[in-house]
Amino acid sequence: MRRYFGRKLLIYGLTFFVAVTINWMIPRFMPGDPVQSMLSRANVAQPAAVEAMRAHYTAMFGFDLPLWQQYLNFWGSLLKGDLGISIWLFPTPVSDVIIRAVPYTLGLLIPSILLSWFAGNRFGAFAARRKWLDNSVLPVGYVLTATPYMWLAILLAWALGILAGVFPVAGAYGFDMQPSLSWDFLGSLAQHWFLPFASLFLVAFGGWAIGMRNMIIYELEADYVNYLRALGAPMRLVRRYAFRNAILPQVTGLALQLGVLVAGALVTEIVFSYPGLGHLILQAIQNQDFFLLQGTFLFIVIGVLIANFIIDIAYVLVDPRTRTGMGGAA
Amino acid sequence: MTAVPTVRREALHFALRNRKLVVGTVIVAVFLVAGLAGPLLFDHGPNDYVGPPMASPSGEFWFGTTTFGQDVFAQFVYGLRSTFLVGVLGGVLAAVVGMVVGFVAGYRGGWVDELLTMLTNIVLVLPALVVLLIINAYLGVRSIGVQALFIGLTSWPWAARAIRAQTFSLRSREFVDLARLSGVRTPKIILREIAPNMSSYLFLTFILLFGSAILIAASLDFIGLGPTEGVSLGLMLNNAARWSALQLGLWWWFIPPGAGITAIVGALYVMNVGLDEVFNPKLREM
Repeated sequence: MRRYFGRKLLIYGLTFFVAVTINWMIPRFMPGDPVQSMLSRANVAQPAAVEAMRAHYTAMFGFDLPLWQQYLNFWGSLLKGDLGISIWLFPTPVSDVIIRAVPYTLGLLIPSILLSWFAGNRFGAFAARRKWLDNSVLPVGYVLTATPYMWLAILLAWALGILAGVFPVAGAYGFDMQPSLSWDFLGSLAQHWFLPFASLFLVAFGGWAIGMRNMIIYELEADYVNYLRALGAPMRLVRRYAFRNAILPQVTGLALQLGVLVAGALVTEIVFSYPGLGHLILQAIQNQDFFLLQGTFLFIVIGVLIANFIIDIAYVLVDPRTRTGMGGAA
Repeated sequence: MTAVPTVRREALHFALRNRKLVVGTVIVAVFLVAGLAGPLLFDHGPNDYVGPPMASPSGEFWFGTTTFGQDVFAQFVYGLRSTFLVGVLGGVLAAVVGMVVGFVAGYRGGWVDELLTMLTNIVLVLPALVVLLIINAYLGVRSIGVQALFIGLTSWPWAARAIRAQTFSLRSREFVDLARLSGVRTPKIILREIAPNMSSYLFLTFILLFGSAILIAASLDFIGLGPTEGVSLGLMLNNAARWSALQLGLWWWFIPPGAGITAIVGALYVMNVGLDEVFNPKLREM
């Protein structure tokens, strides 16, 4: 088991290293000049001012140093938690901007991932090899999982927000409110949270349900199932055994899907102007705020790595083989 | 020599009777034809201002017009083209990288395998869309080709892992040993002995990569990092959201592009399951 976690941690460490290196390399080696595009955005006319700003930004990125030193400095400031200054919200540090947005993204992501995973697996296992459910509900699952997150979000916002007027379609709480611990505020928060949550939940739900249904169908063909049935075991028991075997790939699948789910949350937030990381990314792109964009990137990578590690621990808990060193998922 | 044609004929027999496969293929084909032939119907470009602004669907403008008087139907068929292009290019590239990595890692084993598996796992954990965001944000001019290139380079890992596992189980079979003993070189063994034995699996992998490339491209376009010129279904959604089509009630602007993506990707998934049933007798409906 120590070997299992050691390997995983090595991978995550290396991934973090690669992510930081990508983050450092892209502004330096991509075609295009970030300093130039920030200058053109600032829209200053006097040449003297432009030169001063160019010098300022170049020094801020550290473009005037030798490459290896730029790289070491980058790591140095990163380890001190310094991600630079946001240009969009000048002069707030990028880390502050991100930390303010993170709770909103987590508040959407964690419930929608967990609930869709549990509900989808239960439902998929239930539907497998039951004629009418399999034929009527699973096509719906395929449609859901093929739906682009932002489109479902747009449809829900339009149908339930604008046509029916039941839910608000922008922001995380009423525009006339200040964050506080009152019932009014919490109610408004929940109301604004529901639609983005629902669209994330629905798309992910379809994917889990189909995955589980297919796994169960594989399992029901396995030898142990035939043996159990030959012994005359009730179908309920057989299904329970199949479920326990089929859930393992679904745990691994959760780790594989994290990137897609995070991406889904980002675009959903953009549709609802929900003030999480997705909204930050949109603002960063529209305002050419590269520090903010890169900081958000690192934050998301770290979040995904932590979530992966939690899933690894969960895997050890549900799969006894990893505990006794008999293999399982390496 | 009669064995191969019989297997093929049997596969065809089940393929034509598999409802999922037939329905999926027909849907994809319809959209493909619309994307290929549709643009020929217009003598104007997809972004030209040809009609009255905000017109609802009519005989002249099948899907209505945008706030600027652009023809939504023209944008839709041109957008289908870019969607298929991104899907095919990104899917093919991801499949090729995944196959090379998977075959080599699975067949060679040893430290080559360790190294490639490590690389695969690293790219696998990195959230692809976020990496693509960073790359695309720094690109001044973005095109469909470059978009597909980076999508292909970031979405191959799960395919490589699956192909590696399959190769691993095939490489100690007798026919592979026999080929090795008769002095056949490694690339030829992989191409002639191993790949054909999992060709159905490779095809299924490609279909899934095709679908996911379309979805990733749509997300990028929607965030505003789509191709700087031209039109795509994701860009249409982006424009509709940006110019408040929702608040103005222009449903004909944002429903068709999303429905198109959903239909194509959903049909690909359904095709995938259908093909799986054709190739794997255990899964056929009884």
